[in-house]
Amino acid sequence: MDNRARIVAILKNVSKNPAIPDHSESLFDSGYLDSFALPDVVGELEREFGIKIPDSDLSPRKFESVSRIESYIESRK
Amino acid sequence: MSAIRAFGAYLPTRLVANDELAARLGCEASWIREVSGIAERRYAGADDSISSMAVEAARRCLKRAGATIADVGLVVVSTGSSERCFPGPAAQVAHQLGAGQAAAIDVPMASAGGLFGMALAAILAPRYGNVLIVASEKMSTVVAREPVETGTAILFGDGAGACLITPENGPARIVDHVLHSDGSFADDLRLEFEAPLAMNGRSVIMQASRKIPAAIGEVLDRQQKKPAEVEVFLMHQANQNLIDRVARAIQVDPAKFYSNIARYGNTSSASMLIAASDWWQNPGPRSGQLICFAAFGAGFHWGALLAELV
Repeated sequence: MDNRARIVAILKNVSKNPAIPDHSESLFDSGYLDSFALPDVVGELEREFGIKIPDSDLSPRKFESVSRIESYIESRK
Repeated sequence: MSAIRAFGAYLPTRLVANDELAARLGCEASWIREVSGIAERRYAGADDSISSMAVEAARRCLKRAGATIADVGLVVVSTGSSERCFPGPAAQVAHQLGAGQAAAIDVPMASAGGLFGMALAAILAPRYGNVLIVASEKMSTVVAREPVETGTAILFGDGAGACLITPENGPARIVDHVLHSDGSFADDLRLEFEAPLAMNGRSVIMQASRKIPAAIGEVLDRQQKKPAEVEVFLMHQANQNLIDRVARAIQVDPAKFYSNIARYGNTSSASMLIAASDWWQNPGPRSGQLICFAAFGAGFHWGALLAELV
C-alpha cells in the first residue's frame, strides 16, 4: 500500500466515514473531519509511519488535506 | 511546603441558556451543546466588573478558610479580559478587600492564569505568608465585539474563582507543579486592543490535546505517581470534548475529570478555580486523596499542579 492509501485508510477510520476524500480538498471545510478528530489523525499517522511528530510541526495547515499530509510524511523520510 | 486552605467562587446571576444564544447567533442550541458540552453560562450584569467579581469570590474563599484579609500577605489577580491596560485589577481588588498596603500582583493571562497564579502563590507563600489568588473574567464583553464570531461566542461565560494558599499546614499540601510557555503560537489565540477574540481553534485543540496530558504526565512522573492514583483532575474548563480527550490520553475514566462547564461555560482563567470551589463543596476532599490541577491557554501557557489532601 502506498503512502496515500495508508493516509486515506487512517482518515476513513478516524472520521468513521467510508467515503474517500478528494486529495486536494480541505478535510475540515468539507466536513470530513472536525477539529477534535485532528489529534487522533496525528496519533494514527505517528503509529502507521513510525514517526514522532513534534508539537512545533502541529500546524493544522500541514494536515489540511490528503495531499498536504502526504507531503508532510514524505518530508519526514 | 505550601498548602491550599480553601477555594471560593462567584458567578453572576444572569443565566444565558443555549436557546437564547442560538437565537442571537443564528445557530442551533443542540449544536452548541454537541461541540462544547455547554448548556448555559452566566453573564455579568452592568454592576459586575472584573474587580467586583474578584472581591466577592475572594470574600467567599476567606470565609470558608476561616480567615480574614488581615491574614493575607499577598494578593495575586489573574485575568485575560481586563477592562483597561493598566493598572491591572490586583491593587484595586486588594484595596477593596481591605488589604491595606499588602503587595498585589497582576497575572494578565487568559485561561492558564489561575494555575500559574496558584504555582506563584505556592512559591511566594513562605516569603509573604498567606497568598490569596483570584481569577476573574468578563468574557461576555469580549465575545460581543463586532464582528461576532459564533465559534467563540458560544464558549465563554463570566465569573471569578479564588484560592487561599498558606505557607503552613493546610487541608491540601501542594506537592509539585510544572509550568511551560511557547510564544511561537502567540498569534493562534489572542485579544488585541478593541478587537474581537482571534482563535485558531484547530491549532488550540491540537496543541492543548498534547500539552495538557504531557504536563500531567510530567508532574506525576516527578513524584513517581500514576494517573490512576489521582482521585480528581481539576482542569481548565475549556470545552467538554477537550476534557474528555485529555482523560483518554492519560487513560483514566473521564468521570475523574470534574466538570461544571455545562453550567458555566468557559470562564477562561477563572474556570479552574471555580471548578475547584464547586468540587471542594461537593463531593469534597477526603484525606489522602491526590488532586491534579491542569490548564492551557493563550500564549501558549500550560502546566499542571499536584496536591495531596492531608
